[in-house]
Amino acid sequence: MFYREAGDFKTSYEADNQTFPIAFDRYRYWAVLAVAYLVIPFIINDYWANAIFVPFLIYAIAAIGLNILVGYCGQVSLGTGGFMAVGAYACYKLMTAFPDVNIVLHVILAGGITAIVGAAFGLPSLRIKGFYLAVATLAAQFFLVWLFNKVEWFYNYSASGQINAPERFVAGVPVTGANTAPWAQYLICLVFLTVCAIVARNLTRGTLGRTWMAIRDMDIAAEIIGVNPLRAKLSAFAVSSFFIGVSGALFFAVYLGAVEVGEAFGIQKSFLVLFMIIIGGLGSIFGSFAGAAFLVVLPVALKVIGVDLLGWPTDIVSHLQLVIVGALIMFFLIKEPHGLAQLWRLAKEKLRLWPFPY
Amino acid sequence: MSADFFYGIEVVINGLMAGVLYALVALGFVLIFKASGIFNYAQGVMALFAALTLVGVMEGQVPFSHLINAIFGTEIHHFGWHVPALLAIFLTLLVMVFFAWCVQKFVFRHLVGQEPIILFMATIGLAYFLEGVGDLMWGSDIKTIALGLPQGGSLWLEQATSGLGGDDFYGFFIDKLDIVATLVAAVLVISLIVFAQYTKQGRAMRAVADDHQAALSVGISLNFIWVLVWSLAGLVALVAGVMWGAKSGVQFSLSLIALKALPVLMLGGFTSIPGAIVGGLIIGVGEKLFEFLIGAPFLGGATENWFAYMLALVFLVFRPQGLFGERIIERV
Amino acid sequence: MKDAQDSYVTPDGRTIGGILMDMRNITLRFGGVEAIKDISFNIREGEIRAIIGPNGAGKSSMLNVISGFYNPQEGEVWFRGAKRPQMKPFQVARHGIARTFQNIALFEGMSVLDNVMTGRLNKMKAGMVSQAIWKGRAEREEVENREAVEKVIDFLEIQAIRKTPVGRLPYGLKKRVELARALAAEPNLLLLDEPMAGMNVEEKEDMSRFILDVNDEFGTTIALIEHDMGVVMDLSDRVVVMDYGRKIGDGSPDEVRNNQEVIDAYLGVAHD
Repeated sequence: MFYREAGDFKTSYEADNQTFPIAFDRYRYWAVLAVAYLVIPFIINDYWANAIFVPFLIYAIAAIGLNILVGYCGQVSLGTGGFMAVGAYACYKLMTAFPDVNIVLHVILAGGITAIVGAAFGLPSLRIKGFYLAVATLAAQFFLVWLFNKVEWFYNYSASGQINAPERFVAGVPVTGANTAPWAQYLICLVFLTVCAIVARNLTRGTLGRTWMAIRDMDIAAEIIGVNPLRAKLSAFAVSSFFIGVSGALFFAVYLGAVEVGEAFGIQKSFLVLFMIIIGGLGSIFGSFAGAAFLVVLPVALKVIGVDLLGWPTDIVSHLQLVIVGALIMFFLIKEPHGLAQLWRLAKEKLRLWPFPY
Repeated sequence: MSADFFYGIEVVINGLMAGVLYALVALGFVLIFKASGIFNYAQGVMALFAALTLVGVMEGQVPFSHLINAIFGTEIHHFGWHVPALLAIFLTLLVMVFFAWCVQKFVFRHLVGQEPIILFMATIGLAYFLEGVGDLMWGSDIKTIALGLPQGGSLWLEQATSGLGGDDFYGFFIDKLDIVATLVAAVLVISLIVFAQYTKQGRAMRAVADDHQAALSVGISLNFIWVLVWSLAGLVALVAGVMWGAKSGVQFSLSLIALKALPVLMLGGFTSIPGAIVGGLIIGVGEKLFEFLIGAPFLGGATENWFAYMLALVFLVFRPQGLFGERIIERV
Repeated sequence: MKDAQDSYVTPDGRTIGGILMDMRNITLRFGGVEAIKDISFNIREGEIRAIIGPNGAGKSSMLNVISGFYNPQEGEVWFRGAKRPQMKPFQVARHGIARTFQNIALFEGMSVLDNVMTGRLNKMKAGMVSQAIWKGRAEREEVENREAVEKVIDFLEIQAIRKTPVGRLPYGLKKRVELARALAAEPNLLLLDEPMAGMNVEEKEDMSRFILDVNDEFGTTIALIEHDMGVVMDLSDRVVVMDYGRKIGDGSPDEVRNNQEVIDAYLGVAHD
């Protein structure tokens, strides 16, 4: 009943351009933010933070980043894991080289460094298209992982080849290292995600977003109406890699604390994030959230049901998980190529007209 | 002639043999791509699945036994018989044909006319699905293939060539299995080409590759052709899976050889069978030589992980259509 | 032949200015095929210039040369009295040349409004930071350009569909949206590649009216390719006729209509 455009007249283009044109959507958005910031931090415990919330927040950032590249600009990348590794190692080197600088700045700088690396690997996209490009981004994935494995400078010559996050503070509260409270982990990731999501939304609804989508939908026509393909594609690679780098830095510093590159940022990670945006919805910020939530919750849910309730061996459950994820990917591509976000949109469209659909 | 030079030649020969196997996997890609425009990422997992199935059938394993045991609390593992190799291969082929039929019926028939990149992502989903099914059916432990393929280095060759490079050179070390694999792959490639050129089905296959609509209009069943190419890809996968499995055991890493086939295809062009072969050889030799000359001495080794992709990447920037692809003229 | 910079007044009272675009001895080859053979013609400021010819005559290729998508092997393109260096298509667009396409080239995943807004990309210069926080220049530009775009939307009478995804529109409307996108750029020279192909009589009349209005109200120079001879003869000030990549006629509709070579090309001629 409240979900209506009727009566909610827009008198300026500013009002018409806003993210949530329907009043009810705006209220819900504020409500979600209020719960996320004011309720969850007080009730979160170690299990929920580590199993669900922190990975969800971090993967959501990565998914937003990849969605900008794949969903908005149409350039498929399989190098996400490698770019996350760049963010993680950049963050590590910054943290150890400048221990006095705030960790927040390090994470942002790590994103910036990843953006540069991403743009460099995006250069071939000018000549290579479609899945040729997808395969070319595999070069980034394998080369970067190899690089962080072989060049000892990147892990400060540690004997184990791992990188470990030293303890760092934000406003006197530890956010990395062993003594971090679950709520602090959660909150710092949440802040980054909120800012990233707002920035991504602003970029995709403005000029830059339109040039990306123009390239995605028909690159030749886009060039003829005045889109510079070099700038459009490289900016997509750079912005996308920035987000992915931030998520990689958080993944290492806040979530895992210690990282071995091949294990944490291998090709499987690239596919995981790609699956998130396929299931969630290509070309949708909300879809990035939905996909990340789905693929973070699914294994946990399967484990709870399969191992804890039914008492199956863990390996069978993990195999079952592969089957389910694979089947879901195919299902979504067949039935709903725009993913969960489209289901949500359709539901809203119906709701808007309910109870008189005509 | 110095010993290093001959070791270099040995590296090239070994690279060529690895390249033949890459080419074999790449061939599976090309078959499906030509006929249906699908870039089948699952090719490597198909090889893994085929090899798993072959081992499972030969040893008389009960499919899904772990799952059944977990659900019903039973303790079954094996039927208690051993199937002879040839029969097992035949049965495995049947499974692969059945798989081809399922893929066509349940997945790609519903995706006709979609963009290539959507199809590609669907095959990534397929790869996950198949990997999960394979593990559920046969278990995920590393298995060995007991087909009686020759193993170990060829002593004869080693002795015959040991005199070439002076005292420091002990002759070419070449794995017998590689020689067998090369021969089998060569036979398979030739028979596939013959099949495509001279049989009725082969002609229909090429017609479909050229133009779906036109093929339909002369009465070719697209569905049949697609099941056929997926079955052929299954056969190729089985051979690749057996060869690779005999070499390094049947395990998950087998599915990663599919990833190596991707740069092969980028070099050779997605639609060219000779391209797949030449591309495979270039990648095989290239990565071995690079590792031997530059990677191991200067870069800390393990450059084989990325060399093929980088080579393909650099190559594509200068020649986007691949070695044998046709020049792309853009239109509006 | 009138002098390059002379302007003259048409019978219906419009002023046609000097030469805006001058194609000099253009030759375009694809491999061994010559799509355009040594063609010269010009487009005057403010006129409606038609390019006609049978299928495969090289008309679309000529339009692609003008919009910089193809670079001719020989010949020069002169624009506003200066020789144009080799340019990428997006650079040509920045010189105020907009176009529509034979097979509609809209961005199917975007709404009508966003499609038309892409026409104004070259007028929006806000930096990435400003766009990211949606404050300052980016926000201001968004509103200013929206106003300009709404004028075009009003002009072409597509207000009702402005938020509809383009993929859902019928063919005739898509053609109109494509014209809107080109107009939003406020071009000096508008290239229309078969703007009326596949339309019924009513839609053709609408489109003709829009083309004339654009030319009349904004003084936009228009070069169009069209197969419907009635439309061409009614709309255009001058016509170039192409056949097999050569120019076989150039002049007012009446001159072209009575040109023997043109008649042969269209009606066929007995070869002996």
